[in-house]
Parts: sequence; C-alpha cells; structure tokens
Amino acid sequence: MAEVLTDSGQRKYHLINLNVNGDTRTLAVKANALLVNVLRDQLDLTGTKKGCELGDCGSCTVLIDGKPVNSCLVLAVEAEGHEITTIEGVSHNDKLDGLQESFLENAAVQCGYCTPGMILAGKALLTHNPHPSEKEVREAISGNLCRCTGYVNIVKAILAVAEKTAPEEGEQA
Amino acid sequence: MYLPDFDYYAPPDLSEACRLLREFGSRAKILAGGTDLLHKMKHEEFTPEVIISLKNLSALREIRSEPGQDLLIGALATQNEIANSSLLQEKYRSISEAAWNMANNQIRHMGTIGGNIVNAVPSADLPPILIVLGARITLVSTEGERTVPLEEFFLGVHKTVIRDDEILTQVIVPAQTTTGSTYIRFGLRKSGALAIAGVAVAVTMEGEICRSARIVLAAAAPLPLRARQAEQVIVGQRVTPGLLEQAGLAAAQESRPRSSIRGSTEYRRDLIRVLTRRALHKAIQKEHI
Repeated sequence: MAEVLTDSGQRKYHLINLNVNGDTRTLAVKANALLVNVLRDQLDLTGTKKGCELGDCGSCTVLIDGKPVNSCLVLAVEAEGHEITTIEGVSHNDKLDGLQESFLENAAVQCGYCTPGMILAGKALLTHNPHPSEKEVREAISGNLCRCTGYVNIVKAILAVAEKTAPEEGEQA
Repeated sequence: MYLPDFDYYAPPDLSEACRLLREFGSRAKILAGGTDLLHKMKHEEFTPEVIISLKNLSALREIRSEPGQDLLIGALATQNEIANSSLLQEKYRSISEAAWNMANNQIRHMGTIGGNIVNAVPSADLPPILIVLGARITLVSTEGERTVPLEEFFLGVHKTVIRDDEILTQVIVPAQTTTGSTYIRFGLRKSGALAIAGVAVAVTMEGEICRSARIVLAAAAPLPLRARQAEQVIVGQRVTPGLLEQAGLAAAQESRPRSSIRGSTEYRRDLIRVLTRRALHKAIQKEHI
C-alpha cells in the first residue's frame, strides 16, 4: 500500500505513483481525491471535462488499462498501478490522431465539451474492434452524452476511421 | 462535486480485509467498483469514516465452472466481464445479457456483481435473474463463512441480512434443470437509465407443458419480488398466449411498485403485466439458457 504522510493538521496524504499518458507522476493525494480532480487540478490535464459528476454524462471519460471509465467515480488512490490515458495522450508529437482528424473532417464537434470523452470512447472501441458496425459504434458511445450534434456526425467520424484502415484477412469489411 | 473525508485501506488479502471490517464495523464501507458507493457519498447518503478497498483481491474477479458443477462468479467480476465471458454467453446467456443491458459501457467497466447485490436497491438488474436461477452467495468474516440463498438475502431498500463484519465474496449459480430463462427490463432510455420495471423468468418445459416456473420482479417492491401467484397460473398447464396474459395480470396484481419521478405505481404495474408476458414467452421459446 502507498506510503501515508500526515501533515500538522492531522490530514493524511497517500503518496501514489500514477501512470498517465506513459509518464509516471508521483503525487500526494487525500484518500477522497477523485481521479478527475487530480488530473485537472494537480496534473493540469484539463482536457478531461467535468459534467454531471455522477457517472451519467461521460464527459470525464478516461481510459484505464485501455477501458473507458468515468473518472468522476474513481478515487485517485484506486488508479495507482494502472495505465491511465487522457485526451492529452491521444495525439503524439503535436500531431493529431486519425480519429481526432476525422472528428474535424466530419464536423463532429460543436461546443466541444463532450469531445474528449467521445474520442476516448471511440479509441477504446477501435483498438479492440477496428471495423465496428454502426450499432457497435452507437453502443460504444452510449455512455457519452452530446447535447449539440444529435450524434450523427460523431458516429460518421468514428466509422470513417474504421473504413480508412484495411480490414484484416478473414474479417468482414 | 467532492467527497467527504475518510480513511482509506487497501488490504492485500481477504483475511486482512475481514480483520479491518471487524475492527471498524458499521463505520466502514467496502469499496468495489465504486459506481454506486461514491455516487451515494457525493450526496452524503453514506458518510463512512473508513473505506476498505478490495482492489488487491484479484482472486475475487474469477468466473469459473466445472462441467456439471456449480458456476462461481467472484464478487468483483465487473458487469462487462460478466457480459463478455464466453462461459456465461455459452451456458448462462440470460445472466450475461442482463449485465450487458443494465448500464452504459463506462459504468459496466467499473460496476461489480457484488456491488449490484449488496447495495440492495429495488431497480438492481442482476438479483432477479440470479434468484430465478437459484443462486446462493458466500459471505465471509473473521468468524468463517456462510452461504445464503440470494432469495433470502434482501430485507428492504439498502437492507439485507449481511452483518457489519461480512464481505460478499462470490455468487454460486447451481447447474440448471430449467430449460429457459431471461431477464427483460424497461428504462426511459436504452442506455444509462435505471429500470422502471424488470422481470426475470426461469421455466422448465416438457413439450408444451410448463413443469416449473420462477418469476422475480425488479423495481416492483422494496426488494426483488417473487411473483408466486403468476407462477401458479402457468405451472402444470399447457402454455397458451391467453395463459401468459393471465400470468402477467397476476404478476401486476401482486406487485407493489412505488410512484417516483421515473414512473407512477399504475404505469409500473402495467409494465410488469406486459414484461412478465414477454419474458415468459421468451424463456419458453429458448432451448437452453
């Protein structure tokens, strides 16, 4: 278990190593610190948004070991020992990921608030299922609410990336 | 939105978890997936002084079965692990389907079968299908372990027979003699909405005759409700569409749903009538679970 530090006010802090976007960050966090707040306030990764904060809207979606979860319902101390990916970890060397380009090309962004969560949910889907059906795309983003677009262009953007990559042998296009 | 303060422990094994729970008793809460517990703590419905996390108890995630033997589902198996388990999809499809339909992807990655049971909310989707399949659960404490039929576990909303020092460790589903089972639910949206009503059914058919039937309703009473009158309507009978409608009416009559923002008592009753008829129809058609 992580080392526990106590300050002069008898507040306890857990010393944890968080693996975020490939970097290990050592942090002192209170037990009640939520992952979304630690990402935003301590690590300045403000691409992860806060919406309902109750696990309904999906705007705080991050990937833990490649799986999309709501970071508003995860304690930071619980995330130690896992690989966390935020929207900042999707692009590499200032070059947008193919899915991010596709969101721009297909006008899948209006106000943009749901976009980080949508892209991470889409990435998680495409990683384990590179050629999903429209139904599978809709199921994969069913935990992410968008109040602007009506989802049509978001679904289109995710499907467009799937079409660009060649299907593997034996896989149905 | 922030959480109240608490002390946090992540014990390395089950015996240490039991020892901590024994020490703190009702001042502590067990943390598994957190999708329900942290939600309730944000609203201060629960204000535990101590959180005991089960994150290091990976042995409690296992789903396994020997041929002809009981199926064992670890309490920490997530809803997605249950939905995607090839073992469950093959032999207990009704359980994996119930897990798949109960919440959105993000919640299914965190929420566990143990949490869905122990939280004891009337709209929980897994208890009804587990009860109709005759599931039992294992409760462990420093005193030892005991096995309780899931049907006898619930006492009311947030009330169960679990003691303050006990941890739910596994769900045991016995080898089935039933011929078909299913759970169907109705929510206001396909995704991310609690069940307004749900019906689980397991039947044993012999040709067109229904030899046995178990029906359990979700969100129809303060606890998962066995619809015994509805069962009596069809057991020993040749199944006809009219008989299924009668069973639906009986289930609606014996249900006692509350009125809430999601649905009135009258609306839920009528849903139970329709869902019972549909669930029976589906379970009777299926050749295996």
